[in-house]
Amino acid sequence: MTDEPAPESSAHTRRTVLKSTAAAAAGTVVASHHTSVASAETAHTGGARTRVTLSVNGERHRIAIEPRVTLLDALRDRLGLTGTKKGCDRGECGACTVLADGERIKSCLTLAVMRQGAEITTVEGLTRGDDLHPVQEAFIRHDAFQCGACTPGQIMSAVACIDEGHAGSEAEIREWMSGNLCRCAAYQNIVAAVADAAEEGRR
Amino acid sequence: MVVSMDFLRPASLAEALELKAANPDAVPIAGGTDVMVELNFDKRRPAALLDLGRVPELATWRAENGRVRLGATVPYTRIVDELGDVLPGLAMAARTVGSPQIRNRAGVGGNLGSASPAGDAHPPLLATGADVEVASTRGTRTVPIGEFFLGPKRSALAADELVTAVLVPVAAGPQQFAKVGTRNAMVIAVCSFGLALDTTRRTVGTGIGSAGPVPLRAAAAEDFAAEVLPWDEPAANTLTDDTAKEFGELVAAAARPIDDVRGSAAYRRHALAVLARRTLRWAWQDVSGR
Repeated sequence: MTDEPAPESSAHTRRTVLKSTAAAAAGTVVASHHTSVASAETAHTGGARTRVTLSVNGERHRIAIEPRVTLLDALRDRLGLTGTKKGCDRGECGACTVLADGERIKSCLTLAVMRQGAEITTVEGLTRGDDLHPVQEAFIRHDAFQCGACTPGQIMSAVACIDEGHAGSEAEIREWMSGNLCRCAAYQNIVAAVADAAEEGRR
Repeated sequence: MVVSMDFLRPASLAEALELKAANPDAVPIAGGTDVMVELNFDKRRPAALLDLGRVPELATWRAENGRVRLGATVPYTRIVDELGDVLPGLAMAARTVGSPQIRNRAGVGGNLGSASPAGDAHPPLLATGADVEVASTRGTRTVPIGEFFLGPKRSALAADELVTAVLVPVAAGPQQFAKVGTRNAMVIAVCSFGLALDTTRRTVGTGIGSAGPVPLRAAAAEDFAAEVLPWDEPAANTLTDDTAKEFGELVAAAARPIDDVRGSAAYRRHALAVLARRTLRWAWQDVSGR
């Protein structure tokens, strides 16, 4: 887990907060830690905080993070986009699924610093104004969740699954949605929702 | 505790090799689907990560001299979509890797670099007699796949070297892959088996996964099948039950499995015999269907 501060409304304030947190975090190590690995090489990013530009849901965010911060933690803890869920943090459950340049990936298995230049879409980015995405509508229509913890990941995965053309039959949907677990076992309704949304897209 | 970790981001292969030479402890990361699990759970604290995701030379494949030169970071999704015709065994194995999300990021280079006995790409690479291309600032060399794995998670890769590609012969006959796991997605194989028939040279290639300290070939089974398969009369019914059974038993005998949380050694041997028997039958049906 990360000890990053909660997101602030302005970038300037966020930087200020970061500095103080960095100082607090450095309390247990030697004071020189944060500058010792700085380097001027273009291909080299020091172990201390580095500036990362992330493009998420059409907005560009410039944040200072340690290289070891996952895209998932950056989204949730730094950008305040908590729709993307942390389930297992090891790529097995799919709750953290987001789109990177339209492809579904697990945001816990990639570092934020590696996804600069990619256009990230999270569940928050699916709506158009007040209108839900057709897949979101279908999940509601089919009651395709119980506790809801896996739902944002299921929906992001379903959007990609349909885009890929892998939602032609129930069996195909089950295979291509297999990277998303639902502990409530709402699979029956999830499959129905994905099939319905895919059908709607074809109409 | 705050631990520093350098993050190295080369934009070309030459730059990547220089950085690896200067930082031999740096852990290469591409798709991240293996390395990140270790980082997230603090099983590993590398001094540096070497991000290969921006190295264009590693992200392409091309046909050359009857082989496919498959770049180390080409994701499994592309292997399934683009190489099913020429590398059917690898494409079949690729389709069983992780989940769609994992396959969008993971590639063969990571499988080889990790050198896990359970890597899904390894049996088809063994069965087809692929070569691993590795490079450093000292130069480029190829390592036959059978000599690449030295032990669990240990390979012939030197500290300053990176896996750049695999050179996989274009299929000259039917290929198959099968694996046993608790479900179809997101499993580490209990055991797996890859098979490649070469109907021109009349040879048989095998690869065993997750049933030994390294991925293994079953040489005796290969020789047996090459000799007794009725190559001159390739009809489905010409493969006898005795031949299929013997082939399966020879494959099982070549395995060196252990008991672990995923399965017992005895179960793995039994399952491998079944997988080998089945895949031989499927492949032979494909021969006769031509």
